Amino acid sequence: MNTDLHSVLTVAVMSACVILLRALPFLIFRGKETPAFITYLGRYLPYAIMGMLLVYGLKDTEVISAPHGIPELIALAVTMGLQALFKKSLLSIVAGTILYMFLVQMVFA
Amino acid sequence: MEKKEKKNRITPELLKVVIIRTLPIMTGYVVLGIGFGVLLQKAGYSWPWAFFMSLTILSGTMQYVGVDLLSSGASLITTALVALAVNARYIFYGVSTIDRYKGAGWMKPYLIFTLTDENFALICSTEPPEGVDPHFYAFLVSAFDQSYWIIGSVIGVLLGGALPFDSTGIEFVMTALFATVVVDQWREVKNHIPVICGLGLSILSLVIFGPERFLIPALAGIALVMSFGRRWIDEH
Repeated sequence: MNTDLHSVLTVAVMSACVILLRALPFLIFRGKETPAFITYLGRYLPYAIMGMLLVYGLKDTEVISAPHGIPELIALAVTMGLQALFKKSLLSIVAGTILYMFLVQMVFA
Repeated sequence: MEKKEKKNRITPELLKVVIIRTLPIMTGYVVLGIGFGVLLQKAGYSWPWAFFMSLTILSGTMQYVGVDLLSSGASLITTALVALAVNARYIFYGVSTIDRYKGAGWMKPYLIFTLTDENFALICSTEPPEGVDPHFYAFLVSAFDQSYWIIGSVIGVLLGGALPFDSTGIEFVMTALFATVVVDQWREVKNHIPVICGLGLSILSLVIFGPERFLIPALAGIALVMSFGRRWIDEH
């Protein structure tokens, strides 16, 4: 079991940063009107961030050596295809993940 | 406007509404929470870690990434930078709920703390039942959502060691979650420059800086392009 101080501090830092981000606008724009530039960022930044997070999820993909990211590509295509067709997030996520697990365990093992 | 006295009381009818409306989040949070718990268990942590992380962080992305940070023994500075970069979007949920959460009183700190992607989406898209204080309704929805997340993550750790199947590859659940959000957002808006900018700059940064260091340069690049590209992006 891992109960060292560094882990506790790491969790505390993560918690503090997340709380800071969530509370920041309430602290800054208390009783003021939100500036147009912030509203602009609030409107469009989330889309860019989600693209970044998708890349983050795939960051450790083996592209140069076998299996050359093929399991990721297939599972990603199925997940996104299902979502585009049926708009059922849970179905797409579960199906894509089970397919990926099958691919890395059985097909490309 | 005259302040109407609305009840802050839990009734069976109110509970029923809250449970039914949070059902999709319950399923998602329990599944994703289990995924997180399994990863945390694999990294060598016991269930109280999952409980306290889900209690004090309440962010799927942060906690999944947090398993990496914990198991790699990342420095506190790195942890803080990654936490701020990965969760920068929360600022914008705050910006969007400033007016909605005005006058929430004692519930306000908790309402702000529970601004997750899913919770934010649900609260902004539903109305409280007749005669129920909207803040109290949002408070209950948030508390239920957080409890699903806590329960899922603890189950994940407890199952982790005794999973009846090989869990290799389960970490794809997070990637799949992001992929579905990208698809939803693509359909939602006509302007695809931001998401293409996010994907493109992140891939570029990943190629240049490698998987361990690409997040911060990617986020800096996105912020720069979004700031200077406003006239091509902003339609309002």
